[in-house]
Amino acid sequence: MTLSLTINGTRYDIASDPDTPLVFVLRDELKLKGTKLGCGLEQCGACAVMVDGKVVLSCVSPVEVFESQEITTIEGIADTEIGQRVQQAFVAETAAQCGYCTSGLVVAAAALLSDDPAPDSDATKEALTPHLCRCGSHPRVLRAIERAATT
Amino acid sequence: MSLDAYPLVSDWLTPEADRLLIHTGKVDIGQRISTALVRIVQEELALPLSQVAIAPVRTGHAPDEGITSGSNSVEQSGRAVASAAATLRARVVALAVEQQGGDAADWVLEDGFVHRPCTNIRLSLIDLARDLPPDLPIDPDLPRHIPEQPPKPDMRGITEMVTGRFTFLHDLDLPGMWHARRISPPHAKATLQEIDRAAIDKAEAKGMKVVRDGSFIAVAGPREWDVVKAARSLGLACTWDLGGGFPETDVFAHLSAENAERFPVVDGTPQTAPVPAPLDAPDLSARFERPYQMHGALAPSAALAEWTGERLILKSHSQGIYPLREAIADSLGLSADQVEITHVPGSGCYGHNGADDAAFEAALIAMAQPNTPILLKWSREDEHAWEPFAPAMAVQVDVKLADGRIAAFSAEAHSDTHRGRPRPGPNRAGPAKLLANRFRAEAMDPYVSPPNMGTHAGMHRNLDPIYAFPEKRLVKNLVRGLPHRTSAMRCLGAVTNVFAIECSMDDLATQCGMDPIAFRQAHLTDPRASAVLQELARRLQDRGPKPDGTGRGIAYAQYKNAMTRVGIAVDVIVTDAAEVRLDHAIIVADSGRVVDPDGLKAQLEGGFMQAASWALCEEVTWDRDGITSRDWDSYPVLRFDNVPVMDVVILEGQDHPSVGAGEASPGPTVAAIANAIHDAAGLRLRRMPFNADALTQAALEM
Repeated sequence: MTLSLTINGTRYDIASDPDTPLVFVLRDELKLKGTKLGCGLEQCGACAVMVDGKVVLSCVSPVEVFESQEITTIEGIADTEIGQRVQQAFVAETAAQCGYCTSGLVVAAAALLSDDPAPDSDATKEALTPHLCRCGSHPRVLRAIERAATT
Repeated sequence: MSLDAYPLVSDWLTPEADRLLIHTGKVDIGQRISTALVRIVQEELALPLSQVAIAPVRTGHAPDEGITSGSNSVEQSGRAVASAAATLRARVVALAVEQQGGDAADWVLEDGFVHRPCTNIRLSLIDLARDLPPDLPIDPDLPRHIPEQPPKPDMRGITEMVTGRFTFLHDLDLPGMWHARRISPPHAKATLQEIDRAAIDKAEAKGMKVVRDGSFIAVAGPREWDVVKAARSLGLACTWDLGGGFPETDVFAHLSAENAERFPVVDGTPQTAPVPAPLDAPDLSARFERPYQMHGALAPSAALAEWTGERLILKSHSQGIYPLREAIADSLGLSADQVEITHVPGSGCYGHNGADDAAFEAALIAMAQPNTPILLKWSREDEHAWEPFAPAMAVQVDVKLADGRIAAFSAEAHSDTHRGRPRPGPNRAGPAKLLANRFRAEAMDPYVSPPNMGTHAGMHRNLDPIYAFPEKRLVKNLVRGLPHRTSAMRCLGAVTNVFAIECSMDDLATQCGMDPIAFRQAHLTDPRASAVLQELARRLQDRGPKPDGTGRGIAYAQYKNAMTRVGIAVDVIVTDAAEVRLDHAIIVADSGRVVDPDGLKAQLEGGFMQAASWALCEEVTWDRDGITSRDWDSYPVLRFDNVPVMDVVILEGQDHPSVGAGEASPGPTVAAIANAIHDAAGLRLRRMPFNADALTQAALEM
């Protein structure tokens, strides 16, 4: 039986083994390389995607769990107005250095603002705590989310 | 240095199609050097962004600028590109005069054209540049041309990053490409006895290839997840000789003068001379320590390699593609011409991480599987356990006071080498520093680096205090034989040295009954340093008294005593759980002329955050079975739940040359946090990290 997934509004038949973690299916089979692999241990947030509107780390759970759910990757974030606002705010605040954590952070920020259009600073920090940034862009990322929330 | 070796305009700038291509040997590792270089060219030549591009940084094409390190990119590549652009500007204007008449002063550069105002004569700058002789030498003495309203290009790549379209090395996907993982030994002393044949057969039955050279083992195949699973199975199928276990050395006990090769340091430079006697009856005597810490890149190291049977084509996120090419060619018995390395970005590296090792390992796998591009990725555990760490370090400070001032200051640094990069050198230094060469059948011993005698290099970077003390006694103690492979990490010794000096300055200010800023000012002679501290004091005054329950600490340093000057103030809260919460930070910096103000702020902020993580969280741990800090749980780092409000103030120094800033803020950050903890809780923490265990222990010892 073939597995099928809905990603960024499109339905895909999946050939990968059902035990394959979602991130490998996205990157290797579907060539959606925006979702990053950072640890494979659900510890760093680089692989974050949205599943039915919630942030999910995609590097451990097998792809079969995501059947019949709506997956949004960084490539589909701009499909919503909130997603676009977050992306524009990250550019305006230059909220990245190397950029490896950025996909996951943009996804997390879009999910946060979809849930709570005006999060306070503590709520934003809590939502981002599963995500690592090693270049130290944290203050800029927080400013970008504040900007996206108020524009 | 860059200009001497590459003196022609065409070494740095060439017209190609409708664009001017910048050639640089410095790679962009998130420090935004490419944004700065584009901006320099845009400023000088008034070119629109669409007409400026950066050539791939590739061996055989790019200028050889050694390693991208030491906060030197703007000073070296930036200066060369600026001078090349100024020469090109003068020559295209001369060409316009030659072709269309008038004086040089009659022509202006505007939006990609050389234009004569009040006429309709507009000559394409790129076309004129194409007519210049290829051997046109750079005139390094031409004045820079800086427009009143300089261009403000977005950081290069930012739009691609936020949309997931930026290509990292890890994202490369060539036709016919295979993925690879290595199977790491349990620890550095282990050697492979055997692999269960059944595990190899199983991998090969699935179309994968197992590569073995001594104790170096890797597996490669067309599908990444299959390769990940096979690597795990093969790991379980290996029998290792553990060589008596990994040494459980008490490193801080070992970091002492008795175990060291010792050098007095004068004006930042180690001397081959007897070490002066210690200070007699010091008024302050304290030792400051930093454990082994890791670069901890967010993306584990990776490399792409293809062996054609004659040439080795590599893509790497190494900071030094030319030295790496030599080390790899030497390791494999190839000529340098047979090896081509192109830099492709990885995640931020903060120094010498596993990038170079991964490139060589990808090459070993590729040579066993010719004509197949091999994308090797280290696992998270590989990176945590096998990258070359920043060495543990200890600094002993002794000070004598007289009349409320410092009369004599002694600082002794102790650490293993910070020089682990695979640079060429005697005794095949390059190959010996590549990790896999320690495990191949023809194994090389770990390389013993000679002492670094450079000014403000290695462990003695910023050991020499910036203050004018009547007597200074500074000693470098190089200790070898420690358990871990070590190399360069952001700031090298400056972190522990500034931590030691600036915490001592605070305690000495207290002893002398003085305000910490006033006490520092009393010992400074550099007016620009004083201006930084004055501005810091002014900002603190504006902020008013520190909030209840917070502690405030300050620190000052000038990176290498020659680059960016930074003053930092931090407010922290020490919670009932003995955790340090960062509340507010002010960073005041003077970097001379600023090319990319937002990029400069980003570097200072990023340096603060990384150093705060070192200060509060990070420590490599191990036992006889090997490294135990193998993931982000066992090696915690600072996360978004502990980010202060941050104000960054740049003092305009337009009359002074640009100096690097990428490593300027970490040292003072660690010291300011330690001083703030002392102010908040009365605890003087002298060993990083200042985590809850350390604070609790310090409270118990009070």
